[in-house]
Formats: sequence, C-alpha cells, structure tokens
Amino acid sequence: MSKSAANPSRQAAVGAQASGNAKVMNRYELTCRLVGKLQNGEAVIGGIGNTNFDLWAAGQRPENYYMLGSMGLACPIALGVAIAQPKRRVFALEGDGSLLMQLGCLSTIAARAPKNLAIVVFDNGVYQITGAQPTPAAGVADIVAIARASGIAVSAWAADEDDFDRLIAAALTAEAPSLIAVRIDTKPAVGATDRDPVQIRERFMRGIGVR
Amino acid sequence: MPTEPQTTQPAQRAAGGGGWDDLVLAALKRNDVRLVTYVPDRVLTPLIAKIHADPFFTAFATTREEEAIGIIAGAWMGGMRGTLLMQTSGFATLANVLASLVVPSQIPAIMFVSERGTLGEFNLGQALVCRTMRPVLDSLAMEHRTVTRLDELDFIVDRSIKQAVATQAPVALILSPLLTGGKVFKSEAASA
Repeated sequence: MSKSAANPSRQAAVGAQASGNAKVMNRYELTCRLVGKLQNGEAVIGGIGNTNFDLWAAGQRPENYYMLGSMGLACPIALGVAIAQPKRRVFALEGDGSLLMQLGCLSTIAARAPKNLAIVVFDNGVYQITGAQPTPAAGVADIVAIARASGIAVSAWAADEDDFDRLIAAALTAEAPSLIAVRIDTKPAVGATDRDPVQIRERFMRGIGVR
Repeated sequence: MPTEPQTTQPAQRAAGGGGWDDLVLAALKRNDVRLVTYVPDRVLTPLIAKIHADPFFTAFATTREEEAIGIIAGAWMGGMRGTLLMQTSGFATLANVLASLVVPSQIPAIMFVSERGTLGEFNLGQALVCRTMRPVLDSLAMEHRTVTRLDELDFIVDRSIKQAVATQAPVALILSPLLTGGKVFKSEAASA
C-alpha cells in the first residue's frame, strides 16, 4: 500500500498487484479439484463458455447446471438456487468477462448474505472463447477488490492449487457468502457441453430433488 | 413550473376496497409465488410495500431486471416460484435472457410490467421503448396479457400464473395505466 501511496499514478494497479501474486493455474484442473471435494450434493452453476465446458468435462454430476446463454447470470442463478434450498451449498463458477457484465449481482448477493453460496471466478483477462481479446478490466481492475467493495467480505485470490483447496474447504462450511478468484491460463476447455437446455434444466432439477 | 411526475390514485378500486395491488398480492400468495424480485417503479410502489410487509414473501430489489430473471430462474429450478416486478423500460433489457435462458429452458418466469409510454406518457424515451415490448414478446411467442380492468385482474393473473407453471412457459402481465392510474405530470394530476 505504501508503494502505491508514494506513486499515485500506480494506484489503479494495486488490485492487479494483488492478483499478480497468484499463480497462473488451469481451469479444468481447478474444476476437477472443486468437484472432487463435493460430498453433500452441492449444486454447481457453470457460467457460459469454457467455464461450464470444463465443469461438464470434470464429470457430469446431476447437481450441475450448465449455462448455454445469458452471459453473466451464473451468480444470480446460483443465488436463486441458494434461496430456494438454504440447506444445500451452491457454487457459481464464472469467467471474469461474464462477471464484468453483471457486477451489480455482487452487491445483491452481499445484501442477501446467503450462508450457502460461494463464487469461483476464473480470471484469464480475456474473452478466451471469442479469440482471446483482452477484457476492459485486464490489468487495471481487480475482481477480489471489486467483490470486497461490493460487500462480499470473504473474497480472496487463490495463491496456488493448495490455497484453492483450502479456500474451497472453507467455503464448504462458511457462514457467509464467499468469492474465490483464480488466475488461469488461456487454454480452451477440455470438453464441450451437450447443447440441450431442457435436458440440462430437467436433469439439474432431478439432481437437486425438485423432480 | 410543476413538472415533477407523480402517480395518480389507482384508477379503480373494488367495492370491498381492494385495489389492484391487493389483488396481485393475493394471487401471488394463492399460487405460492414466494420470491419477489423487483427493480422499482413509481406505480408499483404500493404493491412493493405491501409485499415487503408480508412475511409470506422473500422480497428484494436487484440491480438489473436481467439479474432478477437469473435469480427467479434459479429459484424455480430449486423448487421455489418467483416473480419479477418492473417497468416497461426494464422489460426492454430482457430480450437476450428471455431468448437464451427462459424460453429455451422452459422456465415459468412470471413477470409483471408496469406499463409506461402510453395513455398520457410525458417522457419520449418511455413512449418509444414501450413500442418494443409487445413485438419482443410476440417474436418469442411468449404469453402476455394486458390488464386494464380491476374486475378482470384476478382471473387473468391467477389463470396466467397457473398456466405458466403447468406449461413451463414464461408469462408477462402488463399492468395498464387504465388499471393503475399510471404516472402523469403533477400539473395534470392536480387539475384531474
């Protein structure tokens, strides 16, 4: 902090420095680590594009929901599931570009403060699926700082894979919503979700005991 | 110059004293629609206040209408019925989420739209955006009803919610100024 205070022109990069300390990891590997820790029927909402493709590739749990459109709504959909089923833990997996489209949802989640909701943001700074164009936020904004300022106090960058495991374990028993941001590489997803929205929705509803 | 817009009194009130807001609230309860999301609108204010005062409902504002659709879609998949209250300009932000989530996934999103832009509108932008609403609904073949009369409100709202759930399809219930009184210039309201 003292460094940025001494150089006001660099203050905008404070957040970027925070994320810069985090190791660049891989989305599929981290998704597998997350899924491997889910023992209690936790619901997982996979955001559009590579985020849900890697969730699909990590094993097609019936408690997974795969988004095929409506970019930016993984967190709102997860909030809805978390409100409807307060005893079930819910994870939203979202890309940085997607979250940037719907930053207001972080304040809504903070205001509702669901104990059973956790957000994982995969941040590679680019719209990878459309040709890896940098997002407007790349290098200037910090997802964790945005989340904290939006009211989600339990927000952190995962320093490495072990730290990610620790943060996920904490989210599984947390008493407040949390956000875990991870820096990832620009590798494409390992798989691709079958594009049948009714089947995806129906299977998810059966998976979480509504059907 | 008294140019501040204000809401007129509800245009219609039943003999028993129940206004359109009471009837909408009752229909939501009867159909177990417990989750109410909204982006505020002046005309909807009494309904929003009564919903907040009733512990039956979980009610809160969202930052965008699109966000609210995501929330009620998730809640429905989780077994809880939800609705979104908004005004015409808010509906105009929903084409993508309706076309890419609600309609193809067959999610019974129940939407109430306070109709601005017609029957005495003073804001050109509202008048223009209003013209996009029904063409968007029609182009997606979505069920929509415009409620103009208090004596028809319960039938339309109750049956439309039941149909949405039974057929797993969204519905837009448009609350006309003929029903609600709408929103007009203060000077006009004073002389009315």
